[in-house]
Amino acid sequence: MTFILLAEQVLNGLQFGIMLFLMAAGLTLIFGVMGLINLAHGSLYMIGAFAAAAVAGATGSFLLALIAALAAAAAAGALVEIVVIRRLYDKDHLDQVLATFALILIFSEGTRWVFGSFPLFLNIPEALSGPITLPGGIQYPLYRITLIIVGLLVAVGLGLLITRTRIGIQIRAGENDREMIAALGIDISRLYTLIFALGAALAGLAGALVGAIQSVQVGMGEPVLILAFVVIVIGGIGSIKGALIGSLLVGLTDTLGGVFLPQLFKLVMEPSAATNLGSSLASMAIYILMGAVLIWRPTGLFGARA
Amino acid sequence: MIRETHLNIGLVALLMAIPVWALIADEPFIITLMTRAVVFALAAVGLNIALGLGGLVSLGHAVFFGIGGYAMGILAHHAQTYTPLAEWPLLIEGTKSMPVIWLAAIIASTLAAVVIGILSLRTAGVYFIMITLAFGQMFFFFAISWSAYGGEDGLSIYVRNGFPGLNTLVPVHYFGLCLVILLAALFLNARLAKSPFGLALNAARQTPARVETVGLDPTRLKLVAFVISGAITGLAGALFADLNRFVSPTMFSWQLSGEIMIFVIIGGVGRLFGPVVGALVFVALEHLLGGLSDYWHIYLGILLLLIVLFGRGGLIGILCGRERVHD
Amino acid sequence: MTDPILKTHALTRYFGALKASDAVSVDLRPGEIHAIIGPNGAGKTTLIAQICGGITPSSGRVEFMGRDITGLTTRARSREGLGRTFQISALAMEDSVLQNAVLGALGASGRPWRFFGPALKDSVLRDQAEDALRRVGLHDHLHKRTAELSHGQRRQLEVAVALTLHPKAFVMDEPMAGLGSGGSKQLTSFLDGLRAEAPILLVEHDMDAVFALADRISVLVYGKVIATGTVDEIRANAEVQKAYLGEDT
Repeated sequence: MTFILLAEQVLNGLQFGIMLFLMAAGLTLIFGVMGLINLAHGSLYMIGAFAAAAVAGATGSFLLALIAALAAAAAAGALVEIVVIRRLYDKDHLDQVLATFALILIFSEGTRWVFGSFPLFLNIPEALSGPITLPGGIQYPLYRITLIIVGLLVAVGLGLLITRTRIGIQIRAGENDREMIAALGIDISRLYTLIFALGAALAGLAGALVGAIQSVQVGMGEPVLILAFVVIVIGGIGSIKGALIGSLLVGLTDTLGGVFLPQLFKLVMEPSAATNLGSSLASMAIYILMGAVLIWRPTGLFGARA
Repeated sequence: MIRETHLNIGLVALLMAIPVWALIADEPFIITLMTRAVVFALAAVGLNIALGLGGLVSLGHAVFFGIGGYAMGILAHHAQTYTPLAEWPLLIEGTKSMPVIWLAAIIASTLAAVVIGILSLRTAGVYFIMITLAFGQMFFFFAISWSAYGGEDGLSIYVRNGFPGLNTLVPVHYFGLCLVILLAALFLNARLAKSPFGLALNAARQTPARVETVGLDPTRLKLVAFVISGAITGLAGALFADLNRFVSPTMFSWQLSGEIMIFVIIGGVGRLFGPVVGALVFVALEHLLGGLSDYWHIYLGILLLLIVLFGRGGLIGILCGRERVHD
Repeated sequence: MTDPILKTHALTRYFGALKASDAVSVDLRPGEIHAIIGPNGAGKTTLIAQICGGITPSSGRVEFMGRDITGLTTRARSREGLGRTFQISALAMEDSVLQNAVLGALGASGRPWRFFGPALKDSVLRDQAEDALRRVGLHDHLHKRTAELSHGQRRQLEVAVALTLHPKAFVMDEPMAGLGSGGSKQLTSFLDGLRAEAPILLVEHDMDAVFALADRISVLVYGKVIATGTVDEIRANAEVQKAYLGEDT
């Protein structure tokens, strides 16, 4: 096991984690402010990826594709919020789960209907393809480095948005007291639509960015959604900071576990059994991490509310 | 408004009449469809105990369904390949006997429910939903990576397992067996709901603080409900695997967890026969709409959305009005 | 003088920098009604939660029947014989009146792990429940859904559930809240008789009821007990008048 391999895997884990953050941040924001659990967040991720793939296919421009992803996901988010989601704020979690599950069915089948069942492909832009040599002689794909940087920029931007801007103040007020922000004369339903669209745009961005290194297909969003839930359980609901730390923990655990657990078992067992057991355990590693956090801190690392 | 008891009697009659008709009309496929509905209903009866009585929104019930399925798959696989399941510390052979398989399915899903329940019940609300969903995914990925039992491809069992005195390969025999189990589970559920435990659980759902002040532990009540619920859904998983003679990781998938929940919701949460109505409607839609359009899940999604937004209490709620207070 | 049944020793609870309870020492003697009064925000609910479980004191302790119960859970305290009623009714609203009372009897029996026979056909549970309901005057409404009860009837049911537990002391959080004057009078006379069975620590806003019932009164202001004494002593206490009664009367 070399230093270079380790460094590469750490970077892979960071890249995976930071993309999870884009999903988890939107989810946790929507839950923190509106008290809504949104299973359809994975569909918005998928919509972003499909919009990007379609526009990239038509124009050949990756930048336009990203803009399309943001716009399509935000528009879909706003539309869904206005038509369905806002009727759910006062309902219990069961209704929210079911209605947003219904939205998954509608979005998934609708997308299959429009684009067919075959995966689409989104190519990495020319300028970002190929490896880059990092300090220490590590060769690493430039595109993945870009993902990490973009993700971190979004994290910083979100942090600034929430702590420094008027909208951020409104968001924080909304987390504490719905009536108060209504009393402050803020149009609460517009604020909610805006937050939902923002969360959707982040999900769409993640979908488009990841779509370039995986295939773009129906059902791509839900596994990521569930990982984002794991992130939120670990980080604590409503906390952007928790989402960031949780994402990185999950990304690193999953990536490093997948590579190193089988190798670790090879030290004590014969290779094929070690590979089997190691990869089985690795597939469960993040959930074991989640279980451990639950035992230690039931409301997550940075969560206040139960 | 129809009296709920009348509706329930009608449903049982329907469950018996359709297969009889199918037998006379020589439509074995209908019997298989009905068996599918009955098994789904059983899985949902399990969930309804956690969800309807205990208020536990578990989005991971496919875990138990899958465990039941794999209990069948693993035992039957070893029996058909004549390899022992374990040689140490004691020799365990595979089996093709349904009662033994069911027992194994119930025990395995009970154990899983205890562990998942203890962890998940440390929290409540949305955390609980997300955690149960996550544990479901954990089992899904574990099954995929478990190459000894087929990994992603799953396990095929060539001949349906046996039950003493029945020829389970005859569709109507197997249907009858499943129906008897479903009715037994419904009977158990009805008794449970009115029992001291059910009364306390009902209160724990509505007002945990009160349950504490009368000296009972609401979390423990919910845990026991979750375990009973998981065991029943696990048994349904074993029956489902035997119906298809096949198990695969999709039995653990989040879609399946969602579908089990849909059965409960379409029929009506907390209603004794809600799962039966839900599963019948689901299988009928799947069959009828699935024939018309490849994209029938869109219609299912719209139906579900309408029920959530406008039809509180599911179909039974729409037909029978509010539940009566027990006396 | 007999030993107190319930006693708090210098209970103190901080919420951040705020001292919600400040060295509160009160006791409850056999056969008495001890009322705790005080303006809103005086820390009455925090005090009750420390006595009955739910909030752990930052320092100080709670003694019940000569035993330190500070570290016990709500459930254990209730099994020790501490009967509590809630300020905001904590009842199973979808269930019938009888079911709510049977829940209390079930808690008292300590045997909830019975999965088969109907709870309402268990004669021991049912008798206990009906007996308690009869005493508070709800026996005509056994099968009514609790959500359909009037506000006053829900308060009565709260008391009935506590009765089924046969507690050795009651802690009641504003049982008169929201009752009309008729209901309030009825409950007052009921509590008057109840004290012979078990003493009552009564947190209450309704001054007529407090003056009619209380053997002793403690006045809580900003988390601190500023006076304890008989009704007459409290009426005459200048500090109390200034801090509290003066605003009202």
